[in-house]
Amino acid sequence: MTTKERILDVLEKGLRFSGADQTEVLVMAEDIYLTRYATNYIHQNTAESNAEFYVRAVLGQKIGMSVTNAIDDESLRRAVRTAEDIARVQPDLADFQSLPDKTEVGDDPPACAFAAATAAFTAEERAGAVGRVTALAAENGYEAAGAFGTATARVGVANSLGVRRFGELTRANFSVIVMGDTGSGFAEGIALDVGKIDVGGMAATAVGKCREAQNPTAVEPGDYEVILEPPAVADLIRSLAFLGMGARSLQEGRSFMCGRIGQKVTGENLTVWDDGQDPAGLPLPFDFEGVLRQKVVLIENGVAKGVVYDSYGAGREPGRKSTGHALPPRFRFGAVPLNLFVKTGDSSVPEMIKATKRGILVTRFHYTNPLHPVLTTLTGMTRDGTFLVEDGKVKGPVKNMRFTNSILEALSGIEAIGAQTFTCPVFGLGSVTTPALKLRKFSFTGATEH
Amino acid sequence: MAVKHDEWRELSRKALDHLRPKVDYADVRFVSRRGESVEVKNGAVETVSESWWTGFGVRVLRDGGWGFASSSTPGLEEVLAVADRAVGIAKASVLVPGRRAKLSPVEPVEDSWRAPYKKDPFEVKLEEKLALLFEAEKRVREGGGGKVMVASAGVATQREEKSFASSEGSYVEQEITETGGGLVAFAVGPGELQRRSYPNGDRELSGCYGWEAIEALDLTGNAERVGREAAELLEAKRCPSGQKDVILDSTQMVLQIHESCGHPTELDRVFGTEAGFAGTSFLTPDKLGKLRYGSDKVTIVADATAPGGLGTYGYDDEGVPAQRTVLIDKGVFRDYMSSRETAERLGGTSSGAMRADGWNRMPLIRMTNINLEPGDFSLDEMIKDTKDGVLMEINKSWSIDDKRLNFQFGTEIGWEIKDGALGEMLKSPNYTGITPEFWGSCDAIGDKKHWKLWGTPNCGKGEPSQVAHVGHGTAPARFRKVRVGVGQ
Repeated sequence: MTTKERILDVLEKGLRFSGADQTEVLVMAEDIYLTRYATNYIHQNTAESNAEFYVRAVLGQKIGMSVTNAIDDESLRRAVRTAEDIARVQPDLADFQSLPDKTEVGDDPPACAFAAATAAFTAEERAGAVGRVTALAAENGYEAAGAFGTATARVGVANSLGVRRFGELTRANFSVIVMGDTGSGFAEGIALDVGKIDVGGMAATAVGKCREAQNPTAVEPGDYEVILEPPAVADLIRSLAFLGMGARSLQEGRSFMCGRIGQKVTGENLTVWDDGQDPAGLPLPFDFEGVLRQKVVLIENGVAKGVVYDSYGAGREPGRKSTGHALPPRFRFGAVPLNLFVKTGDSSVPEMIKATKRGILVTRFHYTNPLHPVLTTLTGMTRDGTFLVEDGKVKGPVKNMRFTNSILEALSGIEAIGAQTFTCPVFGLGSVTTPALKLRKFSFTGATEH
Repeated sequence: MAVKHDEWRELSRKALDHLRPKVDYADVRFVSRRGESVEVKNGAVETVSESWWTGFGVRVLRDGGWGFASSSTPGLEEVLAVADRAVGIAKASVLVPGRRAKLSPVEPVEDSWRAPYKKDPFEVKLEEKLALLFEAEKRVREGGGGKVMVASAGVATQREEKSFASSEGSYVEQEITETGGGLVAFAVGPGELQRRSYPNGDRELSGCYGWEAIEALDLTGNAERVGREAAELLEAKRCPSGQKDVILDSTQMVLQIHESCGHPTELDRVFGTEAGFAGTSFLTPDKLGKLRYGSDKVTIVADATAPGGLGTYGYDDEGVPAQRTVLIDKGVFRDYMSSRETAERLGGTSSGAMRADGWNRMPLIRMTNINLEPGDFSLDEMIKDTKDGVLMEINKSWSIDDKRLNFQFGTEIGWEIKDGALGEMLKSPNYTGITPEFWGSCDAIGDKKHWKLWGTPNCGKGEPSQVAHVGHGTAPARFRKVRVGVGQ
């Protein structure tokens, strides 16, 4: 893997090679390992080692960008020169103020995003874990599929205004779907420390759920109470974040928060925030401009509070500063919250089941996509364990159903919130840490054959 | 930067010599990709960026277990280290008992292939590109008459040079240049947001072409209409709910074919190897030659040889020649897209559909150009022959279940069809169905004049995620008694 010393050297060279008014350089070096398994055997097993160099060259109020994954001097010089050339031929960007300077980026973050055990995890250890999962599935007459991945990243950011930032990150993620003839179960986990990935526990959960999911019956689509387990909640919150919790969507009129900041958008018992420093989630202490990630409350007691910003988005609003949510320059979305949290309550899934007259228990959603971003209308399918609940008890598994629903409307009827949280991966880099929710009404508009 | 093909060949040879005593099969791929993306938005530059991305991947098969390792670090020392890493990973793969991979045969080949283009997009000056985009984007805003909050215009181009060398003696070099561009307008009203685009959503790379593709698009000539229709959509009627006949323009047929025929005919999905992520397929091998997938009007092929498609190439990333495979023949399910490993399980040979998203990914079965064969209708004839229907254009939303049966797709715009004539504009139309029932209701397909090969540059699959560039050739088509206006 590209060493810290090499990355720091590349950053300084990048700045030195530039003749721009302002220059920002970013190096992202990653070693990524992934073992995929299906039908109880390993079918893919991969390793990747890469280092990318991004440069943003600022000439007056023009910005040029280039990226390369060749970090020899000649390639760095070419990337810097190209970024300058690109900037030179542009008209001014009226909204651009400046790259962040060193007074704006915050103190050095705590080194809380790295676990040595994850960095040292081997293909044999991944195979050992997968072997235990497939054996358990086979013992029960089922087939298991999923993935076990680990990643180590070194990220360095520097700019000509004095910003210098370097950090090491690790991630470990495990997923399992256990399939029988007529139903399936699911579990997944993500942590920065692979030692906190409870493979055995997840396998047992998925096997148990698969057993309960066999021989599903069809229920009529319609409005139901729903109990959403954490992966299902995370999918909805992730969608809301992508649709409208970043500055760009707000400034362009595409966000559900447009004209509604300070107004009630969900039930009073929902609070959602982003915090890249909280070790209860997946810490990502600084953003890709080097700015320390701030805690940003997005929805508080049902009221829309605001969105996250990078430096360019902040520059469009007088007095606004970056909240530390810039993505790598190749992304065009602007700032996006990557470390989301949903406030806990005092309930549990068993209690939610007891309190349900007639409803649907959803393990997770599949292929969720927006139909109307401002109305937050989403559609998606249930998957890997969908159950009918009647008179306080799980009556049995049901065939998967399609929902079409305004998510804000659905979140206006939260009847119970779990006390325990679960961290679910989103966007590759980030996470949603959320409890289960029970919603008064959720619209299922179709069904499938399994 | 000039790609050093001789060096790639030499390094590949040395890696394979190093690997032969240790493994049953190995291949080495070098890939170099140059990209440029230019976008203007609301009178300012949104993005101008250039990228260079290069590296190599080594795939080995040992005792039936796969190992893959890759690196962006150049040089022989790294190549041999990565080769050994792949061997170590393959050894780990067989620690778990179960199925062992075998490869169907392929003739070793030495060849090179280059996607033709007329005008090198990297030679067109950035100033020229920006001038075109600023003019087109301005016209979008003018067309929107103050209701378009976001107008953008963009072009993108990519050139990938790659080599494939195998321990069986193949060596193939390929160069593929892709170009595309488009316009997008977002109109905003109270509690309302509507998108209109040209030519087909915000998908910039559209085919294996040069700059001539951008010139043929006539971005400026279409810009005012895009802005105007986005604004008109704010005031348009919502799509009614109920059962209607639906005519899908070729822009929406792209997505319909992609999701409900392309993905379920990928043989790796069928065998369950994507179950842990995107799902499986209802098209299991017991249905081959038996299942009525659609009406007898429906013939769908996977054609990697179609000129200009985003799924067009000379050889796949296993060194198998590009092919044309009939997937659905007059409505009957006939075949799959396959790899050497999956084809062997059915006793056949690969259909040449294995592609990797660059040097750092293991190849997967990917769509090529999945094309619906043209019928004999004009669009006007279809409309005239429809009593109560909706014409829908350009995909905006998509969702389908994990076996590719229940789908729900939304489009940018629609028009009512009443008694054989187009009526009012409809906003946010959507429709839903079950795949074989839906294709079974297809009773008219547009003719060759209406047929177009579109590009889909954002097909996601696999872990780590891979994005494939694929093509879909189609004309408009009509489907009877479809449920529309879900959730309206």
